[in-house]
Amino acid sequence: MSNSEPRLVIATPPFAKRPVNTPGVMRHVIYALVPAMIAAVINFGISALLLILVCALTCMLAEWLTTGRGPLSQSPAGDGSAALTGILLAMTLPPGLPLWMAALGSLVAIFFGKLLFGGLGQNIFNPSLTGRAFLQATFPVAITTWVPNMGIADFMTLRGDTFALPFLRPVYDGLTTATPLARMKFEGLPTEWTDMLFGTVAGSLGETSAVLLLLGGVYLAWRGFLNWRVPTGIFLTVAIFASALHFSNPEVYPDAVHHLLAGGLVLGAVFMATDPVSSPLTPLGSWIFAAGIGVLVILIRQFGGLPEGVMYAILLMNAATPLIDNLTQPGIYGAVKPAKGEK
Amino acid sequence: MSEVKTFRHGIHPPEHKELTASRPIERIKFPDQVVLPLSQHIGAPSRPVVKAGDKVFRGQVIAEAGGFVSVPLHSSVTGTVVGIEKRHHPNGSLAECIVIEVDHTSAQTLYDGHELDWENMDTAQLLEAVRQGGFVGLGGAAFPTHVKLAVPEGKRAQWLLLNGCECEPYLTSDHRIMLEWADSIILGVKIMSRILGTEKAFIAVENNKWDAIKLLRDRIPADMPCELVPLETKYPQGAEKMLITAVLKQEVPSGKLPIDVHVVVQNVGTAAGIGDYFAFGQPLIERVVTVTGPGIVRPTTLLAPTGMSLAKIIEYCGGLTDDAREILFGGPMMGTPQQFMDVPILKGTSGIVVLTEGQLQERREYPCIRCSACLDACPVYLNPSALGALARSAKYDDMLNYHIMDCMECGSCSYVCPSNIPLVQRFRVAKGLLREKQAREKVT
Repeated sequence: MSNSEPRLVIATPPFAKRPVNTPGVMRHVIYALVPAMIAAVINFGISALLLILVCALTCMLAEWLTTGRGPLSQSPAGDGSAALTGILLAMTLPPGLPLWMAALGSLVAIFFGKLLFGGLGQNIFNPSLTGRAFLQATFPVAITTWVPNMGIADFMTLRGDTFALPFLRPVYDGLTTATPLARMKFEGLPTEWTDMLFGTVAGSLGETSAVLLLLGGVYLAWRGFLNWRVPTGIFLTVAIFASALHFSNPEVYPDAVHHLLAGGLVLGAVFMATDPVSSPLTPLGSWIFAAGIGVLVILIRQFGGLPEGVMYAILLMNAATPLIDNLTQPGIYGAVKPAKGEK
Repeated sequence: MSEVKTFRHGIHPPEHKELTASRPIERIKFPDQVVLPLSQHIGAPSRPVVKAGDKVFRGQVIAEAGGFVSVPLHSSVTGTVVGIEKRHHPNGSLAECIVIEVDHTSAQTLYDGHELDWENMDTAQLLEAVRQGGFVGLGGAAFPTHVKLAVPEGKRAQWLLLNGCECEPYLTSDHRIMLEWADSIILGVKIMSRILGTEKAFIAVENNKWDAIKLLRDRIPADMPCELVPLETKYPQGAEKMLITAVLKQEVPSGKLPIDVHVVVQNVGTAAGIGDYFAFGQPLIERVVTVTGPGIVRPTTLLAPTGMSLAKIIEYCGGLTDDAREILFGGPMMGTPQQFMDVPILKGTSGIVVLTEGQLQERREYPCIRCSACLDACPVYLNPSALGALARSAKYDDMLNYHIMDCMECGSCSYVCPSNIPLVQRFRVAKGLLREKQAREKVT
């Protein structure tokens, strides 16, 4: 014990704190993405690995350059959110995309998707998808050029013109192929659902491993870092809407399993739509938001010009988030109910 | 195991009750001096009826009630009044206190201690007796008990709800009282039920205290309309509104009191105190205090006279450890930090919790990432995220639209916030400023 005067700190309660902070949450989301990232690298080799690294590092650099350039431990660039934005962006890109395009997309994701709004917590749109939308508009060919899934044996084989120089048209000398959604949309060809579930198909880095993405989502929901209502609502809406169309005309419309497993739906529903910053705060709002995404995905996939609609569906519902939040403020304790059994 | 009830939302902070839960109540020897603030309760301060030099006895009235919402104050020791002066009060202010030098030659027997024949007293007499005893809520809020027991005109009390939740981490004084003084509690319940004219009493205890639940169940007489209700261990289960919702499945309307839904809530310690007062005439002059936390050398459950100084109590409990940094009156969620070692314990001081260097939480604040953890924690279903943003930009008036005045400052939002945003801390400031503004507007 101490005989001298105690050194007391005067602060305000509460003095108990849940042992988790925001960088910790970001880290856990990144951990949850690790299995899917490993799968992407196995499927698409070194091109995938380079894309993930370039996107993550460019995002962190962009954040660091614009937020004071202090030591990483003190800088917002070190809180994990920029790295996460980069990883998520990489997961939406085709494996053969030239790295300079990926880096440009990362800069747009951080500058225009996040920092212009005021940084972490202030952005209206999901930053990764903002970057992806920019790339889609700017390089429509490169971002829809898919290479087949070749497995780990060809790890060192580049899957496209990965090292293309900036502003030169990338050259695709290898084999290209179509994603399950494009095959269905433009050729009417279905894909085995087991191939889509385990990711042995063509597509973006994170479009090809539904089961691992779901695993990551379950982990996050279990730890309480993920709003489970959003992916649940999206899957349900997509399943119901797609089934309704399918049963009205099975010749034209694929079944719900196809829609659930193909393309970026799992990635989008589990990791993009659940971005807390750009999705509603309230439980009811989360359901509305999720249903809106589900409906838009099917509308775009079935009736729009693009084979895939997850990105635009999420971005559109991001824009609706402030309105949804305002309309779904929770009713407070004791707001309406009269006393039991009394007049 | 019976069904365990609870309310929606809330949090599960680590309990840390093992430090003192099995330590029997230990009577501390009388100090040399006690300092009794005239304001130890919510409401008007008491008015002194003694002066310097007066000899006073343990249990003698030394200050009378300063109004209806006020209580008399009794001397907690036999000794001599040395002065009525400003001293440090645990709420941080300098407050008028009666200072009494203890007469160590005295046996410290109770002044005018005798049994009250409560079965032959009418409601008004019982209520007056409770008021005379100087009783206030012992759970921490210290609201005068007789005011809560006086059912206002046109209202009725159907249920008496006894609060034995003790949902704050660390604190175990109510737990020990339930284990050791069960019969006093039951007598207190009988008397309060009689005053209120209630149909039934419930004793609500969190299910981390099964020994207390079992013991009280055994002791409650078969013919007594009193039920023991185990509740889930969850913070803030012991808040009046949450307790009513858990036990009776109904909400107290915003801005109303429990009596508006025909309920009166009392703390188990208050019930035990009232039971003892009617059994042998001891007014509220001492209380059970849990002295605990990693910063205290010997965690103890004390029975101490009110007015005893923090320094003396800490000394009795082996002193502070070198890394002790925060001394709280009350628990870590809603307790009051202390800066002076000479502050006295009050009628409402349920515990002294000493936290150490390593327990002071990270203060680096990150931006709100709208994770909604605070919405899922808030027991009154507010939107602390939105409120926090408004408070940060000092838009206090807008906070009214988000029902800031319904915030009961339990701190659950600050507990869960991963961005370390001092939410409840800012809400306290906002509520204070808004109340001040409303008071100003009323004047003009």
